[in-house]
Amino acid sequence: MREYLAIDGNTAIATAMRQINPDVVAAYPITPQTSTVQTFSQFVADGLVDTEFVTVESEHSAMSACVGAAAAGARVMTATSSAGLALMWEIVYVAASNRLPIVMLVVNRALSAPINIHCDHSDSMGARDAGWIQIFSENPQESYDNMIQAVRIAEHPDVLLPVMVCHDGFITSHGLERVEIFDEGEVRDFIGTYKPQMPTLLDIDNPVTYGPLDFYDYYYEHKRQQVEAMRHAKPVIIEVGREFGRKFGRSYSLFETHCLEDAEVAIVVLSSTAGTTRVMVDRLRAQGLKVGLLKPRVFRPFPAQELVEALSHVKAIGVMDRSISFGSMNNAGPLFLELCAALKIYGGDMPIVDYVFGLGGRDIVPSQIEQVAHELLKIAETGERGEVVRYLGVRE
Amino acid sequence: MPELKGWKDIPIGGLIVEAGNAVEYMTGGWRAFRPVRDATKCIHCLMCWVFCPDSSIMIQDSQMAGFDLDHCKGCGICAAQCPTQCIEMVEEGRIED
Ligand code: SF4
Ligand code: SF4
Repeated sequence: MREYLAIDGNTAIATAMRQINPDVVAAYPITPQTSTVQTFSQFVADGLVDTEFVTVESEHSAMSACVGAAAAGARVMTATSSAGLALMWEIVYVAASNRLPIVMLVVNRALSAPINIHCDHSDSMGARDAGWIQIFSENPQESYDNMIQAVRIAEHPDVLLPVMVCHDGFITSHGLERVEIFDEGEVRDFIGTYKPQMPTLLDIDNPVTYGPLDFYDYYYEHKRQQVEAMRHAKPVIIEVGREFGRKFGRSYSLFETHCLEDAEVAIVVLSSTAGTTRVMVDRLRAQGLKVGLLKPRVFRPFPAQELVEALSHVKAIGVMDRSISFGSMNNAGPLFLELCAALKIYGGDMPIVDYVFGLGGRDIVPSQIEQVAHELLKIAETGERGEVVRYLGVRE
Repeated sequence: MPELKGWKDIPIGGLIVEAGNAVEYMTGGWRAFRPVRDATKCIHCLMCWVFCPDSSIMIQDSQMAGFDLDHCKGCGICAAQCPTQCIEMVEEGRIED
């Protein structure tokens, strides 16, 4: 039976984890991820899942335990945020390189210093080259849906890569919303029984070594294989999103658009801010302003060609970045940089600008989105780009 | 050294799926110094066999029978451990084969 609950994003994720019933969860608490694993540990204590819950002394150990458990043939999940992801760093790469289909919630939170517990995307953006698939969720419903799909994507025989499901710290993690929860049996049917695709450490008839030394003679070939897995991930993500839609009624793809088809200017933004932007796009449309929204869902693998095709007709693009790649071209954000590269390769010479916003949980308000839209319309009209990177809501 | 394979022909994730295939990896190619034993001083205590990290001490009829030079990487541990000091590490360039 499906039901509708008023829950926050972390509870939605914990509920998905309960229904998925992973073999092993190893996690360490960190704000604002804590309530996810806390809620899940209650499910473990109450006997609602069969999961072996491994309490560890740090995130480095959490991811290490996940790697070990996945190599032993378990379906494994974890969750973290900010400094926790940073402390996992070494093993985040190991998980991807060992091709272990671990699924991890990243509740996006600013990195220190100064210490800050609120939302921005610097944690998962810093891990963008680690070899993980990265899916960003706009709201608790998407978090729940993405967590279920992530299992299928990660474990697909053509992929075998770990997946980060990201949602915005406090805004999504702790904001109460209406969430449709599926029947547990339906979820388990959708994800299926886990069958490891590679020999596992506990299979004594097929001995295997995980993580051996790999020199100049083979390391490069293994990296080339990871590229291939990322290439395969794209069609798999699309197919799993379609199948999810057929079964549960909400389809997913690499990105989502709103009023983009006939738009003159486009705002490109990830996660919860896309919700605010959608509302503003509707208001501006009511005034006759041709503004559209493009919300990337999948940042890794980056859907470069697909995004360029969807944006090819607009006269100006404004990217909104909730993190900074310090020292990069114009000190822009990662989403902007990737999209600029995509436009160069796949064709699109319209002006594009970057709006840095929301660092350390700084509020982003509708009037600022409106400001972005008006600036973009001006750029479209005059053809003059002006400042490449702009800072929304910073005090001068 | 066996012929190197392309990325499509090796297990993913750096996994080694064949038990004991380290024997195919010729670590002897790394060697700069070669252990040379004076067999007349060897008491066949097999301390070298215990300590060799590359399983490169060859044994015949429970006796020290020489070095597996395909795998001996020349670390010198055997020479350091040998109680009779009958192993000398000789620079490869000085060895006349
Ligand atoms: S340690 Fe020295 S004496 Fe003992 S077996 Fe080896 S070479 Fe011979
Ligand atoms: S030099 Fe090192 S590798 Fe070679 S036989 Fe002696 S202990 Fe083994």
